[in-house]
Amino acid sequence: MTALHWATISPFLLAILVPFLYKYLRNIHTGWFVLALPVFLFIYFIQFLPVTSNGDVVKHTVPWVPSLGINFTVYVDGLSLLFLLLITGIGSLVVLYSIYYLSKKTESLNNFYVYLLMFMGAMLGVVISDNLIVLYVFWELTSLASSLLISYWFHREKSIYGAQKSMLITVFGGFAMLGGFSLLYVMTNTFSIRGIIEQAAIIANDPLILPAMLLILLGAFTKSAQFPFHIWLPDAMEAPTPVSAYLHSATMVKAGIYLVARLTPAFGGLPEWFWIVSAFGIFTLLWGSVSAVRQKDLKSILAFSTISQLGLIMSLLGLGSAALYYGTGTEAALYYSAATLAAVFHLINHATFKGGLFMAVGIIDHETGTRDIRKLGGLMAIMPITFTISLIGLAAMAGLPPLNGFLSKEMFFTGILRASELDIFNMQTWGLLFPVIGWIASVFTFVYCTIMFFKTFTGKFQPEKLDVKHVHEAPIGMLISPIILVSLVVIFGFFPNILSYTIIEPAMAAILPGLLDEGQRFYVNIYHWHGFNTELLMTIGVIGVGIFIYLTAKKWMQLNIYLKERDPLNYFYDQSLVGLIKGSTSVTQIQMTGLLRDYFAYMITFTVLLLGYTFVRYDVFAIDTTNVAVISPYMWILTLVFIAATLAVPFINHRITAIIIVGVIGFLLALFFAVFRAPDLVLTQLLVETVMVVLLLLAFYHLPELRKEKFTPRFNGVNLIISVAVGIFITVTAFSAFALSTSNGIEPISLYFVENSYTLAAGKNMVNVILVDFRGLDTLLEVLVLGIAALGVVTLIKLRMTGREDV
Amino acid sequence: MRSNNVMLHTITRIVTFTILAFSVYLFFAGHNNPGGGFIGGLMTASALLLMYLGFDMKSVKKAIPFNFTHMIAVGLLISIFTGLGSIGLGFPFLTQFDRYVTVPFLGEFHLTTALPFDLGIYLVVVGIALLIILTIAEDDA
Repeated sequence: MTALHWATISPFLLAILVPFLYKYLRNIHTGWFVLALPVFLFIYFIQFLPVTSNGDVVKHTVPWVPSLGINFTVYVDGLSLLFLLLITGIGSLVVLYSIYYLSKKTESLNNFYVYLLMFMGAMLGVVISDNLIVLYVFWELTSLASSLLISYWFHREKSIYGAQKSMLITVFGGFAMLGGFSLLYVMTNTFSIRGIIEQAAIIANDPLILPAMLLILLGAFTKSAQFPFHIWLPDAMEAPTPVSAYLHSATMVKAGIYLVARLTPAFGGLPEWFWIVSAFGIFTLLWGSVSAVRQKDLKSILAFSTISQLGLIMSLLGLGSAALYYGTGTEAALYYSAATLAAVFHLINHATFKGGLFMAVGIIDHETGTRDIRKLGGLMAIMPITFTISLIGLAAMAGLPPLNGFLSKEMFFTGILRASELDIFNMQTWGLLFPVIGWIASVFTFVYCTIMFFKTFTGKFQPEKLDVKHVHEAPIGMLISPIILVSLVVIFGFFPNILSYTIIEPAMAAILPGLLDEGQRFYVNIYHWHGFNTELLMTIGVIGVGIFIYLTAKKWMQLNIYLKERDPLNYFYDQSLVGLIKGSTSVTQIQMTGLLRDYFAYMITFTVLLLGYTFVRYDVFAIDTTNVAVISPYMWILTLVFIAATLAVPFINHRITAIIIVGVIGFLLALFFAVFRAPDLVLTQLLVETVMVVLLLLAFYHLPELRKEKFTPRFNGVNLIISVAVGIFITVTAFSAFALSTSNGIEPISLYFVENSYTLAAGKNMVNVILVDFRGLDTLLEVLVLGIAALGVVTLIKLRMTGREDV
Repeated sequence: MRSNNVMLHTITRIVTFTILAFSVYLFFAGHNNPGGGFIGGLMTASALLLMYLGFDMKSVKKAIPFNFTHMIAVGLLISIFTGLGSIGLGFPFLTQFDRYVTVPFLGEFHLTTALPFDLGIYLVVVGIALLIILTIAEDDA
């Protein structure tokens, strides 16, 4: 265990301590103890910046299940470090924010911080692991922790609904991903991501690569809320706002992005990967931004905005992966890698402004008691600091200069325009769609940002609609975190190049390895003024059209579609859940009748079908009459009587007669034994049959008074068919087995008993010698069975409940 | 209500002993002729059942003061200890031994450990047959 391993699992260790801290140090808000850890981790991870910006990596392995190739390997390169810093950095700010957001008097803070730390540790594990199985373990832990956090206020029905939904969707994706990982293992014989990437050229031609890719992308898309799996994210907004800010904007939803980026070296350059990732991404971008316009709840707007921005990053990753098609050091590869650069830069920017915005919304919610934009308004003068924070965040999100959102939006346009020039993967025909859709989505992004801004902060203040009496600015502690985040928005906006070669370039090198010649670096130089080019015109167009749409809001806000808040896909989700329950219930009701007769029918039918199938499949039916003994006349007579007695049983409609006939059959059987020369069996059969008849008569005598009616056996065609089928198959099996026994040439073991029963066991009655000597253990246990049966009868009768008691 | 079943009582007295004797014969004959612990046990049980039919429960219980549950346990223990004995001598479980022994005045006997094993079975069978039937018969619920 190296320091990096301990750092990864340290949140789990602290989580164990949290309940004790909460219980024994009630006067101090538990969050303060928690805060120290992410801050410390952030500082610790910053020390790796020089290492990764030199293009070096840190790798340490601790064996976990070495026999299966599962090792806890930590691997820090540019991409991992970017995420590690995001997780710990925003984690620290969120913990700080939550200290002021959650009251220590009314909330169960121990639960909150345990879940949050669990999540933080799991997230660190996801991004730092080099082993796919370890990554998967942490991945599922993030799903679990996320569901726990969404249902933090578990007495609210909506929280439970949201938690269940996110759990079902993300775990569904997680399982699919595990399948994909297993396929990768089948192809490469390793779980190490490094090892897989080294064999990228080999697996590209493997027939399993497509299913593996689809399954892994299913996992990544469900986690990162890509269309059509995005529906869980808006419902996850029932979580406390720090959770939304942390999980559902900055970290967990980026796990899918991370996975796609991480595996780009393995799959990148393949047309399927390119198309699936970028097409789903760009469509999610459009869908999310259009849906966000319809929302009336601030957090829902942010949720759909998150979905849309994640789609943007995802599509850029997809488009950038095309660079790998061209190979090392080529001009084209570096030209098309612009999309990846935009993805990484926007990833950072999104985390900063979205985190800040969520916190600002949390403040508004905390101070006014509502998040509904129809109730809010005119908060500009009342909450000036929150107003400033929101203004910066929204402007960055809309892509206005001089903030970092503007830069990443320009780079998005650059990347998408360059990718549309690709002359591979059919991009000549479809390439133009990407800039067009991206541009339309940007217009809607601008529109919902303006809606959110103007509806919340301008217009008339309506205190009569709010539950809270005195609306005022938030305490300073709550404002620190969003202020830091929006400061970063501004700083990255004005000085974007402080990130260029420390974070962005190493991350790019990790996503697109092997593109650079020795000693070469990606050219990352971000600046505001590109000259008059297409990107600038597109941005101006976005702003112009966006303003036009907002100004005409009165008209389109009356439209029916605008009034519908819920995503139409929720309908399918809800209906499929209902259908699942209804379907399984009805299947169970059809199949589980509760009637023993039906279960017998199932079992017997299945056995017959299986037997029949085996007979047909292996063609084993055989009749062999060579060894058949001569049948003497009295055997024929006995057989006929036996058959007659047996046939009579189903037609008897009187119980006593039935019992007597069954007894007759038993005695006839004893006669058969006599005919076939088995004296011991004759004696036993006679005695047992007598006892049986006595017992049956006793049982008959004790039948309850009320039900003493005489019964008539009902005729049932299905039963008849089943019985006949069973009879036929038993007969067929017996014939075939007999034929086999004569043809296989194996000597029966009975010869040994015949020869040795006197010499070895000193007995002339061979049956008895077998019972007590050769196979004595069977006898012992059969006697035990009898004893248990007797005791069972005694307990049934003597220890009978007198009624009304619970069994 | 008790009727005076002289015929039944008298015949029962005679027949019971005949059946008991036959059952003992079956039990001992088992090794070389048809018979053995199981059949012998069932036969004994039917003899005793006949007594229960002929006389009332109380007096039969006085005549045969056995607890049949204990009888089952004792029978099982006898059988198991026969088997365990061979382990004590270093043979596998349930190895049977036999030897010809000459007893003064009575002549030569062929003794085998299968006999105590069979005795255990005999006791269990008697026990369970009577236990089941008597339990059901005595039940007045």
